[in-house]
Amino acid sequence: MSQNVFKGRVVGKSVAKIDALSLAMGKPLFTDDVDFKNMAHVKLLRSPHAHAIITEIDTREAENLPGVLGVLTHKNASQVLHTTAGQGYPEPSPYDTRLFNKKVKYVGDRVAAVAAKSIEIAEEAIKLIHVKYEVLEPIFDWDKSLGNEIVIHNEGDAKFLIPVFYDPSKNHVSHIDAEVGDLDKGFAEATFIVDLTVRNHQAQHCPLEPHVSIAYLDEHDRLVVRTATQVPFHARRIIAQVLNIPISKVRVIKPRIGGGFGSKQEIVTELIAASFTLQLKRPVKLEFTRKEEFISARTRHPMTTRLKAGVKKDGTITTLDMKVTSNTGAYGTHGLTVLSNTGSKTLPLYHCDNIRFIGDTVYTNLPVAGAYRGYGGTQAVLAMEIVIDELASKIRMDPAEFRLKNHIKSGETSPIFKALGEGTEGVEQTVGSCGLSDCIKQGADAIGWWSRDEHKKKYNTETKKRGFGLGCIMQGSSIPNVDMAAAYAKMNDDGSFNLLVGATDLGTGSDTILAQIFAEVLNLDIESDIIVLSSDTDITPFDKGAYASSTTYLSGMAVKNLAEKIKKQLLDYAAKLLYLPVDELELAGKAVVHPKTKKTLNFAEIGTKALYTDNQQQIGAAASELSKKSPPPFCAHFAEVEVDIETGKVKVLRYIAAVDCGTPINPKLVIGQTEGALVNGIGYALSERYLFNAQGRMLNPSFGNYKIMTSIDLPEIETIIVKTYEPTGPFGAKSIAEPNISGPMPCLSNAIFDAIGVRITEPPYTPDRVLKAIQENRQRRNN
Amino acid sequence: MMREINVTINGEAKVLTIEPNELLIDILRREGYKGVKRGCDEGTCGSCTIILNGRAVKTCILLAAQAHKSSITTIEGIGTRDNPHPLQQAFVDEGTVQCGFCIPGILLSAKALLDRNPSPTKDDVKIALDGNLCRCTGYSGQIKAVLKAASVMRGGTT
Repeated sequence: MSQNVFKGRVVGKSVAKIDALSLAMGKPLFTDDVDFKNMAHVKLLRSPHAHAIITEIDTREAENLPGVLGVLTHKNASQVLHTTAGQGYPEPSPYDTRLFNKKVKYVGDRVAAVAAKSIEIAEEAIKLIHVKYEVLEPIFDWDKSLGNEIVIHNEGDAKFLIPVFYDPSKNHVSHIDAEVGDLDKGFAEATFIVDLTVRNHQAQHCPLEPHVSIAYLDEHDRLVVRTATQVPFHARRIIAQVLNIPISKVRVIKPRIGGGFGSKQEIVTELIAASFTLQLKRPVKLEFTRKEEFISARTRHPMTTRLKAGVKKDGTITTLDMKVTSNTGAYGTHGLTVLSNTGSKTLPLYHCDNIRFIGDTVYTNLPVAGAYRGYGGTQAVLAMEIVIDELASKIRMDPAEFRLKNHIKSGETSPIFKALGEGTEGVEQTVGSCGLSDCIKQGADAIGWWSRDEHKKKYNTETKKRGFGLGCIMQGSSIPNVDMAAAYAKMNDDGSFNLLVGATDLGTGSDTILAQIFAEVLNLDIESDIIVLSSDTDITPFDKGAYASSTTYLSGMAVKNLAEKIKKQLLDYAAKLLYLPVDELELAGKAVVHPKTKKTLNFAEIGTKALYTDNQQQIGAAASELSKKSPPPFCAHFAEVEVDIETGKVKVLRYIAAVDCGTPINPKLVIGQTEGALVNGIGYALSERYLFNAQGRMLNPSFGNYKIMTSIDLPEIETIIVKTYEPTGPFGAKSIAEPNISGPMPCLSNAIFDAIGVRITEPPYTPDRVLKAIQENRQRRNN
Repeated sequence: MMREINVTINGEAKVLTIEPNELLIDILRREGYKGVKRGCDEGTCGSCTIILNGRAVKTCILLAAQAHKSSITTIEGIGTRDNPHPLQQAFVDEGTVQCGFCIPGILLSAKALLDRNPSPTKDDVKIALDGNLCRCTGYSGQIKAVLKAASVMRGGTT
């Protein structure tokens, strides 16, 4: 390996996650684990129609039910136009919703909310709200939504804050057009052209903890919202905006979070709980049911992706032409940025001079899409990695060899980095670390890629066919020139430190990662010397939140900057006390030492003296970081499947993910992120899907009918960590949270093709679909 | 129509006042056993799992009245910070506690398995954990951790 590898004292070690034991003991760490006196409970009335205007709403009977404390509808709730997308300000998502809209736009849209003394009373009261609707014709097919005569957002006031294309009169949320090189020239040079269209589907994040918020007034009558969020600071800003109160009057507390995967980047429970608290002056809780999670807590954006690509006989890719239609559902949250990421997280992966990306995001009357791990990358990787396999097949080159030849390498750049940013222009960057070749080689060896034909021959039967598949993925690490993260720390009497971070640990282990980075600079022990707090908008500094694969890379850099500032303070302080030149001092263990004289001041001495006796001051600092690059992590996925050609069942036998995340700050947490994501990805590829009836109602909003992977569905899984060193990251680290969810869809499609020669482009690859594809293929051959 | 039930929770005899239609999850959480988590309310996610008379059960689909004269173990009853249960320790060591919301239920399903079968195979563990969903980890670390804890509990080395 040509690249440097960082070897640290704490960084690079699988130290135990700092909150793991408390969580394993079932301590009351989550939003709903604290009891509040006189708490009101909220239930929502949701629209039974996919597209309708509320012509009458009568809440009197509900209000008169004993125990009911309040009812909110579009008539009395805040009417501030906003977006529920928890993004930086100004948000790159359209302001197209109100707390309650007079026009409902999908089955499950908010119509009214009841606060009552108990959840049972609230449920009862919901049934007593009488609503008359003027039912409108809905539109569900996102390929037919653009310019359709059915217009979903025709209120006339929806808008973007940033200067980007937006035309709700045509159901048109976003349009992106980027081109580099000369497409015609590229196609003219190609020996073979592959033109493929794939369609991916909705999926739910399924964090085990549903969305839940508890709002209350503190002793000074300030609004406090304790909430399961990935974005406490954006939540605070949006609560203040929608409720029309100063940001200074709002405090958002993020306790431990029971998973998010993007869904808790949406402000969907906070606003209603907070509205009631301001009205009722008492604690109010709104917790989604699992059904509400499926229907109204956001989905992955379904897309139709057409990728047309050309290749020369020698394996040179001459053109990549990607056209995407993305369905954002009833509201436009993340509609622009997920769209741009479909291109920006896939097109730079392979050398190519002539690239075009055209993308459109449209409204439909289906559940609202939002941020979901992979964030557009997942959708486009499906098209890209199938096309790459097909190009390799055209020129009879092994798919692994083809990728090794063509993938971007360290020191190289892609014009797409500049052409496609987060909805706007991006940032030029050179890849500073890329271990993808090693990922491909080590993954191939681990699965037996080079001897797969013999293996298949050995195990194939009349009805069960083995196949091998490969897919490569890249993502980014943070949003360059947009995202900022900050951290504070202060030293205590005993030499320990409070580390206060805005970065939002939602179960990923980021508190531990950040403690490791802090400990590495200052020679501290994780368990005894660092007390981490995340996140509380009154106490911790700002951080954009947990999204865009930015916590390790960006918040990590903020913490490293912070630790270095404190290191300098410790040296300066000791120099004064010891009457020695600061440049002759260094940290050794938990002490400042003067190697020449062996004079020492340990951290506990410094902590006590600084607070009580000598040159008294608070040792501590704040630091922040703005990302300037978004270095991609790279992954190679390999799968072995067995396809039963009689039943269509696809069984994943082995799955190997080889990942390059720069320096793995905590290898076990890297494995956790990798395997959690790819098991989610396998479920998405094989079984997870939204079923709708003709009126747009989701038919399977439960774990019983929306099948996610359980322990018995698990194939043999192996994670291989390929270490590289990212020069701009903290101790060489970049991100790993997202890319591994994107591999299984194309990797398994490629493996199925390898097994039975049938190409499936519409996941999930359920037995009925696979069987149908087999039969259609047979018919085509017979004809 | 309040009723009283007699239960033993984590070794402590208790008399609880309940309504006949109340679910066990609500009673346990009200009594302060917050390790019993609510994830689906329909018996499909396993976050609310406890051990009732030796069996792992889901409290969101059990009436509290059904627990009358029963012995209950919740996550709060299986280990302390200074002396964690081998399963808790193995989950921490394997790095397989991510968000941690599903973990109490998974640990109790695993404990119920090890209590009746101290030497499970990998498949035994997979089957025992089948009713507990986890979206963070991908399960394989958890399966490894259960096997490791089983070995520790049999007196073997890890």
